[in-house]
Amino acid sequence: MKTALSGKNILRQFAASLRILPLTVLVCSGLYTGAIYLAGRLAPDASSGSLVRSAEGGVIGSRLVAQQFTRPEYFWPRPSAVSWNAAGAGGSNLSPASAAMRDKTEKVLVTLAPEQGEKVPTDLVTASGSGLDPHISLASVRFQAPRVARARGLSVDEVMHIVNSPENGKIAVPFQGEPLVNVLQLNCALDRVRK
Amino acid sequence: MAPLLLLTLIVPALLSWPLGKVMAHLIEPGGTSRYGRRTSELFCRTGGDALTGEQDWKQYLVSMLVFNMMMFAFVTTVLALQQSLPLNPDGKGPLEASLIFNTAASFVTNTNLQHYSGEAAMSYFSQLAGLMWLQFVSAATGIACLAALARALGGRSSVGNFYIDLLRAAFFILLPLALLLALILIAGGVPMTFEGAAVARTLEGATQTMARGPVAAMVAIKQLGTNGGGYFGPNSTHPFENPSFYTNIVECMSIVLIPMAAVWMFGRITGRMRDASVIFSVMMILLLVKAAAAFWLESAPAAALWGLPVEAAPNLEGKELRFGAGAGALWAALTTATSNGSVNCMHDSLNPLTGLVPLAGMWINVVFGGVGVGIINLFIFIIIGVFICGMMVGRTPEYFGRKVETGEMRLALLALLVHPLLILGGTALFAATPAGAATVLNSGAHGFTEILYEFTSAAANNGSGFEGLGDNTVAWNIATGVVMLLARYIPIILPLAIAGSLASKKPVPETSGTLRTDTPLFGLIILGSVIFIGALLFLPVAVLGPLAEHLSAASH
Repeated sequence: MKTALSGKNILRQFAASLRILPLTVLVCSGLYTGAIYLAGRLAPDASSGSLVRSAEGGVIGSRLVAQQFTRPEYFWPRPSAVSWNAAGAGGSNLSPASAAMRDKTEKVLVTLAPEQGEKVPTDLVTASGSGLDPHISLASVRFQAPRVARARGLSVDEVMHIVNSPENGKIAVPFQGEPLVNVLQLNCALDRVRK
Repeated sequence: MAPLLLLTLIVPALLSWPLGKVMAHLIEPGGTSRYGRRTSELFCRTGGDALTGEQDWKQYLVSMLVFNMMMFAFVTTVLALQQSLPLNPDGKGPLEASLIFNTAASFVTNTNLQHYSGEAAMSYFSQLAGLMWLQFVSAATGIACLAALARALGGRSSVGNFYIDLLRAAFFILLPLALLLALILIAGGVPMTFEGAAVARTLEGATQTMARGPVAAMVAIKQLGTNGGGYFGPNSTHPFENPSFYTNIVECMSIVLIPMAAVWMFGRITGRMRDASVIFSVMMILLLVKAAAAFWLESAPAAALWGLPVEAAPNLEGKELRFGAGAGALWAALTTATSNGSVNCMHDSLNPLTGLVPLAGMWINVVFGGVGVGIINLFIFIIIGVFICGMMVGRTPEYFGRKVETGEMRLALLALLVHPLLILGGTALFAATPAGAATVLNSGAHGFTEILYEFTSAAANNGSGFEGLGDNTVAWNIATGVVMLLARYIPIILPLAIAGSLASKKPVPETSGTLRTDTPLFGLIILGSVIFIGALLFLPVAVLGPLAEHLSAASH
């Protein structure tokens, strides 16, 4: 122990650490990040955040990130504890057994206004972990379809036809019966039909 | 659900065997290997004469501690100066002093408890050159220390050279795997850019600012190195960290891959693969039990929704849909069995009883555990198991052919007691004072669990949290910072001291009376000592927190 803990030895260890540390920073932060960054250039769309652009080229959102929808003619995403703030994501962190969780759910139910005897799909009343979940379940699409159809002057069947068309945001999740629908992609598709 | 569970556990278990072999070769190449000679020459040229020759366990520990101090100093500097450093396109400002201390302690100790939110507080430079760099070298420190422990238990008095082990682990084990994973993640949609936040004009005409950055690089190593510190605040729930079902499953497997392979590496270096098989089996059983329990408990609907016009379905609060049903519970089990601590759902919003699963995982902290340190923790339980068996038959206990005596047992008990002491002491203090009680989000028993979880996570060097807790206060930053440091280094120093002391003893010949440690029977003994000594200590707090909440929710 004496030699290991002698001042001279410890100084020697500091000197060695001082020489090695920059090497590890260079390799693990510099070279590693650089290599991945360059590889990422091969997939520019994913690397820059899977952005969705309008016909004029302006950014309207990201395929991966939910944005707020409040108008009746659009499908609405799941509730967000951070109001869809994609610069400060987060969940509600409420206990699923708490009174606060019940209050929050009751408020959401007032907005969603299910008809007498109708039940709302669970995903549409619960906040996701990131507050940015871009998907809702197909059941939640069906639940909202009458409202969207009314607001757009379409029939529910016409709306569901758009939902079920390829490239409009519907995806299958392995090991799971029901597909999910990307809300932003679906709403973009609805707008394209109107135009 | 079941196929997801089996797939996520079996694939890494199968991969761990060849990876363990490769890791053993990379860290312990042997004198005839050209890779071994070349790398040690190269490293010696960079690092000087401290890198030549082997060290005894004391010298090894001194090198480890000195290098870790330098890691701490470097990251503190980077964080303290971030507003003046490059790669800060969104103009992140200075960080508060106690938060810098907490974050430095957290990432140096491989914990990655985050009292900040990445996208709001950290510049790209802080994320990459500070935090992500530590995710490599802190994990490499763990692998190096395991190699040293294994060499000592193999009976060698010189246990390798810390610097050489560290560099080999970082550059040749972690780096290639992280590169591979990062590429897969980019292909799956994870961003990798140095541009600042993207600003969108939404369909309804509002403005949405989307934080992004060099995410893929950091997510890869945080999953592989049992780090867990995400690029964004909500970690792998964030669609930019974990965009799809497929990225989720790959990230989930990455959590356990290296911890599993480390068991085989340990077996190869000690030359006792049968012992390693017993250890692996015990860990696998515990992991399966944990994962299955979490799956089952989390498939219950949220109690708060009872009686509302909502379809009965598993609890979805704090969960993302794209990962599929059960994925959150499974990840919660894996991330706390290992000391990873990344999350793909909000643990605070798990059903009360499900919350017990991650807590129990961190209380035991040996179910594969942190890279390297998991087995170092388990070693203590093995020594205790050996000792109890020895006492029962009235023989001096032996492990790997050396006598385990009073000196070793004293150290083992000390190592064993540090973990519960830090958790229970800290929880008691913070639950009884405004320092903790005023920071909880949820009231009652759940609030107590938030405090308990925070100290458990810090002491297990895990880093996940019940994130409702308002933990960015001076009191929390200092308390958990100190806990993380103590809980990292004491459980490395003491086991290495035990192993070093064992290695210096004369080997005793194996006889028919020797307790064999490579049999299924001894596996049961390890299991028993983990459960009865490791977990039962925490029964009272489990009752006060999750169980009390579950029972009171059920009574409404």
